[in-house]
Amino acid sequence: MINKVRQHLSQNEALLFERSSPGKKAYQLPELDVPAVDAAEALGAENVRAEIEGFPEVSEVEAIRHFTRLSTWNYAIDHGMYPLGSCTMKYNPRINELVARIDGLAWAHPYQPEALSQGCMQVMERLELMLAEITGMDAVTLQPAAGAHGELTGILLIRALLEKRGNPRKKILIPDSAHGTNPATAAIAGYAVENIKSSSTGGVDLAALEGLVNEDVAALMVTNPNTLGVFEENIIRVAEILHRKGAMLYMDGANMNALVGMARPGDFGVDVLHLNLHKTFSTPHGGGGPGAGPVCVKKVLEPFLPTPRLKRSGKKLTFDYKRKNSIGRVKAFYGNFGVLVRALAYILAHGGPGLRNATMDAVLNAVYIRKQLEPYFDLPYPSPNMHEVVFSDDRQAKLGVRTGEIAKRLIDYGFHPYTVSFPLIVHGALMIEPTETEGKLELDQFIEAMISIAKEVETDPELVKNAPYGTRTSKVDEVTAARKPVLRWKPA
Amino acid sequence: MLDVCGAGSPEELFSHLPEAARLHRPLDLPPGISEYEIVEYFTRRAEENGIGYTSFLGAGVYRHYRPVLVDTVVSRGEFLTSYTPYQAEISQGTLTAIFEFQTMICQLTGMDVANASMYDGSTAVPEAAMMAVRATGKGRVLVAKTVHPEYREVLRTYARNQGMPVEEFGYVDGAGTLDLEDLERKMDDFTGAVILQSPNFFGIVDQVKAAAEIAHKRGALLVVIFTEAVSLGILEPPADADIVAGELQSFAITPSYGGPYAGIIATKEKLIRQMPGRLVGQTTDSRGNRAFCLTLATREQHIRREKATSNICTNQALIALMATVFMSVYGKLGLRELAEQNLAKSHYLAGKLTPRFSGKFFNEFVAKVGSPDAVNKALLKKKIIGGLPLGRFYPELADCILICATEMSRKGDMDTVGQVVQPAAATEAAEVLA
Ligand SMILES: Cc1ncc(COP(=O)(O)O)c(C=O)c1O
Repeated sequence: MINKVRQHLSQNEALLFERSSPGKKAYQLPELDVPAVDAAEALGAENVRAEIEGFPEVSEVEAIRHFTRLSTWNYAIDHGMYPLGSCTMKYNPRINELVARIDGLAWAHPYQPEALSQGCMQVMERLELMLAEITGMDAVTLQPAAGAHGELTGILLIRALLEKRGNPRKKILIPDSAHGTNPATAAIAGYAVENIKSSSTGGVDLAALEGLVNEDVAALMVTNPNTLGVFEENIIRVAEILHRKGAMLYMDGANMNALVGMARPGDFGVDVLHLNLHKTFSTPHGGGGPGAGPVCVKKVLEPFLPTPRLKRSGKKLTFDYKRKNSIGRVKAFYGNFGVLVRALAYILAHGGPGLRNATMDAVLNAVYIRKQLEPYFDLPYPSPNMHEVVFSDDRQAKLGVRTGEIAKRLIDYGFHPYTVSFPLIVHGALMIEPTETEGKLELDQFIEAMISIAKEVETDPELVKNAPYGTRTSKVDEVTAARKPVLRWKPA
Repeated sequence: MLDVCGAGSPEELFSHLPEAARLHRPLDLPPGISEYEIVEYFTRRAEENGIGYTSFLGAGVYRHYRPVLVDTVVSRGEFLTSYTPYQAEISQGTLTAIFEFQTMICQLTGMDVANASMYDGSTAVPEAAMMAVRATGKGRVLVAKTVHPEYREVLRTYARNQGMPVEEFGYVDGAGTLDLEDLERKMDDFTGAVILQSPNFFGIVDQVKAAAEIAHKRGALLVVIFTEAVSLGILEPPADADIVAGELQSFAITPSYGGPYAGIIATKEKLIRQMPGRLVGQTTDSRGNRAFCLTLATREQHIRREKATSNICTNQALIALMATVFMSVYGKLGLRELAEQNLAKSHYLAGKLTPRFSGKFFNEFVAKVGSPDAVNKALLKKKIIGGLPLGRFYPELADCILICATEMSRKGDMDTVGQVVQPAAATEAAEVLA
């Protein structure tokens, strides 16, 4: 039974370009207080454009209605549970939005004098120190803009250290359960990727690892807990095997929501990791970004961190640009500062004990879902899970229904789908991450929905396969979109 | 819930972690604080930055007015708290807005396709370079010295390990424009990308067409960078480029001490499959209604893994939405008027100072001031943050600042800048003469 949602009307809305009419405007500029200049004279007639063809012309009311109507076509955390595995879709506290907009922070120019930037620099210093404590690492750079960017930074750091030691080496080992950004990153950093098959329990296969690690291997990129939501029980051994051969252990910290306050990568042999502040530390995903991907390292890697580095001399903070071993910049300026403000606000609000509680709730919620759904869905890797749980659609596939279809049916029940078909080592994966945000009521509704769909698969598979029914947009034809790409509006 | 989980306490759910891997003490962080205290904490930090200053800084980050509608829209939970629109049926809001964004970026730049955003302008540069290198099969990259210095640093970081040698070509001392002869001299048949910025780092409108001819003659692609998006409201779009990469910070994105901003890459039809990042395409739903979805994903890391065109995953969607709302609010007439106001203000300011170059500029220019530090110090006393001292990036311009005026610069403040700078420069000049 569907009881979390019922239908309501939603407004149709044309594209901005289609609802434009000549001369309409939604802006006001003050009168010029200086003489106007002739554009052709100032810029050269050949450099001055004619009008911007097709550009919107709408009134203020039309503009706000346009975007408000569009917004109602989205599902969001503010509507309910968003159990996308690996994405850590948790509540985004609005206080964080407010403080990021405080004038003195929001309007701070990256090139204003350091003497007039001490507040921003303190925010950064405080966050660096707190992230170092949370991860058990020695130094942190806040420059990378997202997880994948942090990965690249981390792998370049490893490369720089190994180069300094005489040989950058050739390969990065990556488990077959890894996120796509891991191999893509290794390639950009100039490394060959060697896949390493997961063990029967889904973790790093120690024997396989022993066999693969040699003088050509620069690092292993491991996600911990891994993409099954399972803690790498042999992580300390993994680090030893790598270190013995002079290779490094890189940790993809996308799943830190399972560990904060309970375990620290720095204590279990990790040399470098990135965090996703837009996951673990609740900065809003905003429909795909922005994020921030700070990189935390052990002391040996500190000299190679991107320039500039924050430096404290007494009461004053400065930026140190003269670092001869640095990999250089990975981004202009100092990082996604506005995102850093939000993450720091989140950490300050929780404090040490609050962060630990959040971790325990996140894991409790995921284990609860697992226990309730295990009778209905196959669980290919039965090791204890942490903040997420990954089922397979094997049972449902026998009746002709795949994970992607179950996901679409979940929409009719008023939920955003879980992550579909990832990690690749699970056949037809259903990857569910509730986060600590959800209370028992929402979890139970989700569980009921999943059980109800499991039953529908048995009684009426066609019903599930043609879902969703309740949305204003029914199943979207993605095949045609890719075959005949239409990537921009053009006048008819 | 614990009963269902078969655990006596939440801690027990962690008991399978190896002892040695667990943290056996509380984190060394203070206890949590209230909302009120958080506001207080960040308000203090903001105050420590100094309050009440007017700024004439540009150099890739510009002070433009932000229409109220921008925050109204991006504060809606439906946009703010949704994920990447993988599930098209319940993400049409985000998808439609991105499709409009892609369209407007094409209209502005004169390109055929634009992606859904990159991290920022600086990272869009190496992504564009890698794209050109893939498309041409030639590894060498030539970049103009007048491309934002920090963008060039980022390019070097990315390029180092990819067998992608990067060399720079210069600018003409008098005009501050591209040294086309230097470019021609340095071109060879192994060069896959020529990268320039317009308006360039000195604020000067540069010679896109001439550079395109030189690049194309030897089979390289031309990449044009922009940092000041408002200039596109009045400048001829760089349609001779093969790839346009830029920064949209000017479109209602606060300076925010360097980020988050939004970068873009736009290109010609023939290079679509080389594009990095997400793309939204138009299609229909099963009822025949127009619908949008993410598309051409076979370029991306989650499908192609180590063979992907880029490793980017999370981009800057919400910031791109800010830019989308900004472009809708200003629209065809407004962006032009805004650009004209910027032009008027910067030329008024230039009239009070001594421009170092003769090239045509948009809203920032290089001014010769003698001692940038002395001038800026004098301005700070009047609560004005002056221009960027250029010696840090261009030793040959150590006596110059890069200074910017936008629609937000007031005449009175510009007059003050003129009064403070000119006597200082004059004194300096007198000292040199003496
Ligand atoms: C396990 C894992 N690694 C890496 C990433 C990439 O992070 P980002 O999207 O911030 O670049 C993600 C998420 O998208 C992820 O889930």
